[in-house]
Amino acid sequence: MGAQKKGATARVSEDSEVVAHHPLQAILLADSFTTKFRPITLERPRVLLPLVNIPMIDYTLAWLESAGVEEVFVFCCAHSKQVIGYLGSSEWSSKPDFSVTTIEANDSISAGDALRLIYERQVIDGDFVLISGDTVSNMSLTQALEEHKERRKRDANAIMTMVVQQSKPSPITQQSRLGTDELFMAINPDTKQLLYYEDKAEYSKGFISLDKTLIADNPSIILHNDKQDCYIDICSEEVLSLFTDNFDYQHLRRHFVKGLLVDDIMGYKIFTHEIHSSYAARIDNFRSYDTISKDIIQRWTYPFVPDILCGSSAIKLERQGIYRASDVTLSRSAQVGSFTVIGQGTTIGNNTKISHSVIGEGCSIGSNVTIEGSYIWNDVTIEDGCKLSHAIVCDGVTMKLGAVLEPGVVLSFKVVVGEQFVVPAYSMVSLIQQPTQQDSDEELEYADNSSGIVEVPSDKLNGEISSDLSNTQYGPTPELGTGGVGYIWSIFEGGHDEEWRHSVAPIPTDKLAKIMLDKDEDEELLTQGGNALVEELKSDSEDDDNEGSRDDYASFEKEVEATFLRAVHENVKVDHAVLEMNGLRLSYNIAAVDCAAAIFYSMMKLAVESSHSSASELHRNAVEVITTWQKLLKSFLHDIDEEIEVILKFEEICLESAKEFSPLFPQILHLLYDKEILQEDAILRWADEKEGADESDKVFLKRSEKFIQWLREAEEEEED
Amino acid sequence: MDFQVVVLAGGISKNLSPLVSKELPKPLLPVANRPVLSYVLQQLEQSNLKDLIVVVEGEDAALVVGAWISGTFIDRLHVEIAAVPEDIGTAGAIRAISHHLTAKDILVVSGDLVSDVPPGAVAATHRRHDAAVTAMLCSIPVSGSLDSGSSGGKDKAKKLGRYNIIGLDPGKQFLLHIATGAEIEKDARLPKRILRAVGQMEIRSDLMDAHMYAFKRSALQEVLDLKDTFQSLKEDVLPYLVRSQLKSEALSNRTPQGEENGNEKVTSQNNQVFVSRILANASTPSFHDRSSENPDGSAPTRKTHKCCAYIASSSSYCVCLNSIQAFMDINRDVTGEADHLLSGTSSDPNNNIGPSPKLGTKTTVGPHCMLGEGSEIGDKCQVKRSVIGRHCRIGSHVKVVNSIVMNHVTIGDGCIIQGSVVCSNVQLQERVVLKDCQVGAGFVVTAGSEYKAESLARKEK
Repeated sequence: MGAQKKGATARVSEDSEVVAHHPLQAILLADSFTTKFRPITLERPRVLLPLVNIPMIDYTLAWLESAGVEEVFVFCCAHSKQVIGYLGSSEWSSKPDFSVTTIEANDSISAGDALRLIYERQVIDGDFVLISGDTVSNMSLTQALEEHKERRKRDANAIMTMVVQQSKPSPITQQSRLGTDELFMAINPDTKQLLYYEDKAEYSKGFISLDKTLIADNPSIILHNDKQDCYIDICSEEVLSLFTDNFDYQHLRRHFVKGLLVDDIMGYKIFTHEIHSSYAARIDNFRSYDTISKDIIQRWTYPFVPDILCGSSAIKLERQGIYRASDVTLSRSAQVGSFTVIGQGTTIGNNTKISHSVIGEGCSIGSNVTIEGSYIWNDVTIEDGCKLSHAIVCDGVTMKLGAVLEPGVVLSFKVVVGEQFVVPAYSMVSLIQQPTQQDSDEELEYADNSSGIVEVPSDKLNGEISSDLSNTQYGPTPELGTGGVGYIWSIFEGGHDEEWRHSVAPIPTDKLAKIMLDKDEDEELLTQGGNALVEELKSDSEDDDNEGSRDDYASFEKEVEATFLRAVHENVKVDHAVLEMNGLRLSYNIAAVDCAAAIFYSMMKLAVESSHSSASELHRNAVEVITTWQKLLKSFLHDIDEEIEVILKFEEICLESAKEFSPLFPQILHLLYDKEILQEDAILRWADEKEGADESDKVFLKRSEKFIQWLREAEEEEED
Repeated sequence: MDFQVVVLAGGISKNLSPLVSKELPKPLLPVANRPVLSYVLQQLEQSNLKDLIVVVEGEDAALVVGAWISGTFIDRLHVEIAAVPEDIGTAGAIRAISHHLTAKDILVVSGDLVSDVPPGAVAATHRRHDAAVTAMLCSIPVSGSLDSGSSGGKDKAKKLGRYNIIGLDPGKQFLLHIATGAEIEKDARLPKRILRAVGQMEIRSDLMDAHMYAFKRSALQEVLDLKDTFQSLKEDVLPYLVRSQLKSEALSNRTPQGEENGNEKVTSQNNQVFVSRILANASTPSFHDRSSENPDGSAPTRKTHKCCAYIASSSSYCVCLNSIQAFMDINRDVTGEADHLLSGTSSDPNNNIGPSPKLGTKTTVGPHCMLGEGSEIGDKCQVKRSVIGRHCRIGSHVKVVNSIVMNHVTIGDGCIIQGSVVCSNVQLQERVVLKDCQVGAGFVVTAGSEYKAESLARKEK
């Protein structure tokens, strides 16, 4: 009896614990919404690409499980069927304390869309971890979560904690070892609040602009150039609703983080958590693929390393960092160097040398092959005498006798490289033709993908292309040598010079030297005289001021036009119109000069807009308008400078807004003179000023040459 | 110590009128009844920096200042007085006396600095890093904005207008960025180039430049020669040196001293780098060394120089006498909380009353007051938080609060003086009421007049 009772109470307390216990949730974005892994990602989503022979998403899920996450929502978009299919067949669908739910969407084009969709589904009910499916990490979330919760208790606006890590970008290439662009952050050293975030060289200026109030509010701010964003965020539920409120947020960092930092109305705050001894990195481009693969092989990501993730029997770690599957057929004379992984069922021929590379399952590699720093996926056939250095070779590729891959080459699925063919450095080769419509906006991978090519099973595609080949002369064949199949993509995005940045190949030293030189020159410009710098600052601020007044002027001009039209249509007396204009002028704080110009502009516009079919009719219109409203115009013309301004404005009108007037320029000038709106002096001075101008500026001066000549002569006569 | 000290004493500075005059240039303005210049000179003497050039603006002022120095510091310091034209700026002043500079390093101190930070420490920091320039930074004093009854909003505006943006490396040794209030009307712009080299930079807005710099002479002279438009050390020279530290045109530490053959030069350079590293207690090369190296580790091709910072501890006192408000604040602080600056001049810590004061009956002199030699105060007077100079005559029923009264001032019966400065030889007749006023030397305030927040001075002849 007593025992029973005890059990009962125990159960009750357990239940209450369950109520209080909140399962830790995570959103895993299985779509990068970028095109950095093209052409491979046209056929397979990034998260399923093998990283040291294991799909990337497995690393992410394994880490989430170990970090205590209980529910994961996998958001799939591009190639969603493949992701769902893979997860369904994998062990992840049957874990007891770890549920993986997929959310499928086909019309999301950005992380923002994904989060909005998840918000609609209402599956998240508390703090959650937001990551993408290409993250490799072994950090413990406990401390970061605690910090996050603690801050939340004190300040409900602390809605996000970003994980950052020490990583100083190379001062030469200005990118980190993961190939990501340098990142500038400002963090308050005491509270760890993030105050400023600048990724991408969106401002290629040599300056970071910190808002004045930031500095006034924080006596000490630390600016970091040596931190790396791990793209692991601990978010509160508000984050999702914020995405819904701000439907224009697309990118997690560029829009969301910056949006929050700039917006001081809501007062939401983002904090950072720095990890020191654990590993966290995201595979964002080919260079990070290379770097992270090496990190995994060298066991920085322990326990997420091949021999543990695959189970103990499948692959074994040998000396010198060589991982070898149990049933590899290795020729006696083959040399396998350090830090190399060889997958199951692979055969390697005589005298073949392999080092620092990853070779997948079921590959057959011939004799006298050299492979260095390359990533060879599954079922690849490499015939005798091939040479590969720093390349990525996807599933089902065939390299015929003696083919060579130069550094940085990517061969997508089922490409065939012809005999003795040398694939030039940094080439991207795919069976799929390069999409012709290039959208530089990298958010739109999915939109491009949905064009239909993607869902075609690649076998069939291969066959189609092969059959096409026999019919057509021009095809992929010539591009890859005799017997080769595939298209070499021309390089786009970032231009021809930049492909080395994100490639798997190490950056060549001559490139480095060149950048150094370029940079030196840049700096020379920068440091040449601090004065130049100061001047630049000054001129900048002046520009800003001008801009403000320009805006003012534009709206003033509109107002004047409206007022003038009303005066015309409602037959307002000229005196009243003058009064009204003057009031307008004062309220906008505009000089009389500009006011006269604006009135003249409205008059000319009226003349143009009144119906006319020929130049002479237009002239008649202009005469009419000017005669009726000359008093209005005159009351704002007090001296010669103002009159010159009107002439200049007239030129501008003829050049830009109403080109119909340009043949009539001398006539109307004359008219203005006759009506005593413009004085002789003003016209002559305008002519003198224009004398020294560019040829293109003198068009109207030449047209009115006769008139000016006449004026000058009249003047001389008077003097005589 | 191979250090030459240049004290920029200033002259008849306009923003201190009507307090200053030909007879009383700014260096001789009394702070607790001692010329302000004496505070700097005393600190230098204590740091054993005895080779000085005192630069005074204007010939007349130079004569007066020179006479005072030779009278006071005759055997204690080796002082040269140099007169420079007015309004040529601090950089201009150094340029003008450039031919006098011979030592390896130059310490430039502003003569209006009232501080207890030892100049020797700044000099030592400079030497330790082999820097091109070392600037002393101190916390922005809070006391300045606490009193004087200015409203909150005004206070904030003042704070925004005055603050400097200073960028330091994580070890707080190097000065990476400096911008003064005038430059940063909108947003702060920070150069990415230096940040890239260092990795992280701490931005401080609670520090200010205290007008005490140690320069490497070669670097200073090179900059002054190169940039003949530079006017101010603080606003031109220092920011320039900081900005160009990774790409030095003033090739301070790499210039070979004489005709050395290549081998020796390299080793001596390496030694120098090594020694400076040991002295700086750093196990890794500083970012200056790294950024000057080529990627392949060959001999450095780019020249760098170091800009260091000496950050005074937050408890130290450091204010520049550059406004009337500062003058009042300093006087109050020196007689009050910062009275250690007066070491050795008085025996009573609370009341710095001269040797022979004559106080009338029922007259009270509160704490933190100072009363000069030979001054007399009548009956039933109150003196609170004020400094009264020598040989003043103060009548009866006089109230002096939060004020400074210089020498030979006559104050009639029933005067009330609050928050004001009364210069020498002023005569205040009966029942004068002054609130927040400045009265120039020799002025006579007629009986019964009341002034508030005004500046009274004799008309220029």
